[in-house]
Amino acid sequence: MSVVITAIVVLLILALIFGAILGYAAIRFRVEGDPIVDQINALLPQTQCGQCGHPGCKPYAEGIANGGEPINKCPPGGESTIQALADLLDVEVLPLDAEHGEEKPRTVAYIREAECIGCTKCIQACPVDAILGAAKQMHTVIVDECTGCDLCVEPCPVDCIDMVPLPTTPQNWKWDYPLPPQGVIATDRGAL
Amino acid sequence: MQEPIRIWDIHGGIHPEENKHQSVQHGLETPPLPKRLILPLLQHIGARAEPLVAVGDSVLKGQMIAEANGMVSCPLHAPTSGTITAIGPAPFPHASGLEEWAITLESDGKDQWTTLEPIADYRQLDAPPLLEIIRMAGINGLGGAGFPTAVKLKARPEQKIHTLIINGTECEPYITADDTGMRYRAPEVVAGIEILMHILKPVEVLIGIEDNKPEAIAAMREAVGDKAMQVVVFPTKYPSGGEKQLIQILTGKEVPSGGLPADIGMVCQNIGTMIAIHDAVILGQPLISRITTLTGDALSHPTNVMALIGTPIRDLLEFAGVQPDKLYRLVMGGPMMGFTLQSLDAPVIKTSNCLLAGTSEELPPPPAAQPCIRCGLCSEVCPAILLPQQLHWFALGKDYDQLKRLNLFDCIECGACSYVCPSSIPLVQYYRASKAEIRALELQQHKADHSKQRFEHRLERLEREAEQKELERQARAEKAARMKAAKEQQAVSAASVSGDEQPDVARVEAAKPASLTAEQKQLKIAAATAQMALKKARKQLASNPDSDELKAQIPELEQACEETQRAYDQALGETSVKTTPPPAAGADDDTKRLKIEAAMIRASLKKAERAAGDAPTEEQEKEINALREQVAAAEARLPKDEAPKKPVAGMPANENMKKAKLDAAMAKAELKKAERALAETPDDSTLQEKVEAARVNLTEALKAVEQAEASSTLPPPARERVDKKPVDDTTRQLKTDMAMAKAAFKKAERALQDEPGNGQLETDLAEAKQALDAAAKAFADHMASKETD
Repeated sequence: MSVVITAIVVLLILALIFGAILGYAAIRFRVEGDPIVDQINALLPQTQCGQCGHPGCKPYAEGIANGGEPINKCPPGGESTIQALADLLDVEVLPLDAEHGEEKPRTVAYIREAECIGCTKCIQACPVDAILGAAKQMHTVIVDECTGCDLCVEPCPVDCIDMVPLPTTPQNWKWDYPLPPQGVIATDRGAL
Repeated sequence: MQEPIRIWDIHGGIHPEENKHQSVQHGLETPPLPKRLILPLLQHIGARAEPLVAVGDSVLKGQMIAEANGMVSCPLHAPTSGTITAIGPAPFPHASGLEEWAITLESDGKDQWTTLEPIADYRQLDAPPLLEIIRMAGINGLGGAGFPTAVKLKARPEQKIHTLIINGTECEPYITADDTGMRYRAPEVVAGIEILMHILKPVEVLIGIEDNKPEAIAAMREAVGDKAMQVVVFPTKYPSGGEKQLIQILTGKEVPSGGLPADIGMVCQNIGTMIAIHDAVILGQPLISRITTLTGDALSHPTNVMALIGTPIRDLLEFAGVQPDKLYRLVMGGPMMGFTLQSLDAPVIKTSNCLLAGTSEELPPPPAAQPCIRCGLCSEVCPAILLPQQLHWFALGKDYDQLKRLNLFDCIECGACSYVCPSSIPLVQYYRASKAEIRALELQQHKADHSKQRFEHRLERLEREAEQKELERQARAEKAARMKAAKEQQAVSAASVSGDEQPDVARVEAAKPASLTAEQKQLKIAAATAQMALKKARKQLASNPDSDELKAQIPELEQACEETQRAYDQALGETSVKTTPPPAAGADDDTKRLKIEAAMIRASLKKAERAAGDAPTEEQEKEINALREQVAAAEARLPKDEAPKKPVAGMPANENMKKAKLDAAMAKAELKKAERALAETPDDSTLQEKVEAARVNLTEALKAVEQAEASSTLPPPARERVDKKPVDDTTRQLKTDMAMAKAAFKKAERALQDEPGNGQLETDLAEAKQALDAAAKAFADHMASKETD
């Protein structure tokens, strides 16, 4: 009988010791995990345009992570963002939800400065502070900071803001991919 | 002479036809001064230069016309004297054929130099000023990439440069610009190397030259003499001239992937750059010209020229005898790495080492690409030891992660793989396109991160601003409250100046000696009215002295006047005797205000507490405590002022009314007594008279009470009596009649019960009933008529 009790006591002590070690390790070597919301947010284009129906990219990321929002509501990100999100979350790739807009080439806001009345409404609307100006002073867009979200277009009382595509310069010009090779034999050309 | 150093080999490489002999027949020539020069603002890697001139300005040769914009940037100088005619987009030698911002200079033909500031003895200078001279001379690498030289020389300030390598390899076919430079300007090259040695203080200086340039080797060996540098000759192989490849050939060391030669303590510079450094330091001349090879079968006079930067390509080709009908394809750079130019108007820029005007036989259109047969030749020739075939597949599938994993960015785009590919796959174009795509994606990602940061900072800022506003608002409210309190205190202290140590009440009294209570006022008015009435009566009496009525009235009025006056005096006396008189109306208002204030402070305290939540910041805590103190202070002020408010309803004795009321009560009691007596002996006439008299008495007493009440200042008592409709005489009479009829009827009934069958009694009963009915009807009628009134 005493053998059994001894065994139980020993095991109990061992359990306590290991429990204490594990508990300590859990605190001492705690890993600050990258929360899934941040990972999703990092994949979004950060235009803060609200086309997904959320007030910014982070809320949409939270919606995806917690609210089960579909991953195809981001037109600025387009197919590549959907693909990246699908890879991250291990879900099906969905076609872009047309309800929220379609994938368009990147644009930037351009203020026709002669028509600007200096109302500062666009400045307040800009989510990334990319518009420079003051009350009754002409405003202008800092092109490098503009995300092309077009949130400034709506509030402008004189409609002097245009969304223009970024011009291609020798700096951002890209080599084209070569034409795909022609097949030599009939099966290569898909003739069969 | 040092002992020859060991030569290493690089992986792969090819041996294309050299075609270098055509352009070295005529030495180094100088083409005529062009009429118009186009000077792109971006001829280097980095930021576009910032123009210093305006359209219409006259400039001298060597004058700086655009300054460096940032650290990694290069200034630009006028290659000849003339006038600025345009600043704007202009043709630019680029694979895209797109235009680039440029300054257009119309030469005046005088070619007049600006004032030059040559350094007599650069050895007297330290590295920083020399680097600054190199920087200000607008020198960037003339080999091809065009990285600003001053930046490259101190790319890794913490890393000691122990080996300086001068690249005289020039491995690409057709190009002979560096060859020509070494042949004809070897002393300048060596002087430039010496300046770099002075700046960098390297342990070893190696000049690497391929063995297909014997003249250049001889000239360099002669110029070097016994200086502490070594000309190293190694077998010709393409692409030995790549920076990393040359380093490997000369030292056997590999530059780490993604790193710079400076990471392993080496710096590699081009021959042309050495000449430019010599010109800048020794002669004080900025970089305004370079040696460019003009070659190709479409030229009748292929040669090397000292071309001014900005010279239109058309001018140079004409100098070299271009045959337009033969020109099929114009390539800037060599046949392996160069790109096809789309416009002859583009200028020569600092990185243009060769113009290849090829015929259709010389540069035939590339054959149609065939599918990859996985022969592996590309991997065998790759100098960077990559897997071109794998890269090709992943590039086709746009798998950028895999491409990065396979070190796509270590590819130097030498074109060896494409050259050997039996399927004629344009491999390099795949890599270039993929690189551009990856760079664009990375840029996009970078921008997204940047935007995210800006967005978050904006949100933070807005929050901060809202908080600030709230704080300011609170501070304002607090200040206003404090100001109010201060004002009040001032008023109080002003009052106390006149009243010294007097208690509050006395002070208020003293401050408002003439003020009367509402009751007193009313009493005063009543007295005045009585006096007026008395006076009027007397007047009337005077005009009508025979009226008995008036004569009787006057003593009454005199009495009333006396009484009211007495009542008023009494009230006044009482007030002055009272220890706690009703506070003045102003004091009441003060209390109200204090209360409002206290409530406001309490409200802001609550708000602050709510805002602070469970974990208040230190600032918030401070604020809350301050508010709490204020609340306590405000509340402490309150009861003191409120205390005297309670006895406001202090009643002055109204003797007159009291008496009247007493009289009325007594009259009532008398009447009741008389009535009771009358009820017992209804036939007693004296009693009846008595009742009548008592009734009149009561009526009079009630009237007196009413009068007294009207003249009294007391709040009128809640008049329950109103409910009981005032009983007029007729009603009373009718009611009495009815009651009497009822009594008679009841009596008759009782009598009939005692003696049933008595006919007389029965008749009496019927009569009594009739009388009762009639009385009831009359009463009802009267009441009805009264109601309709």
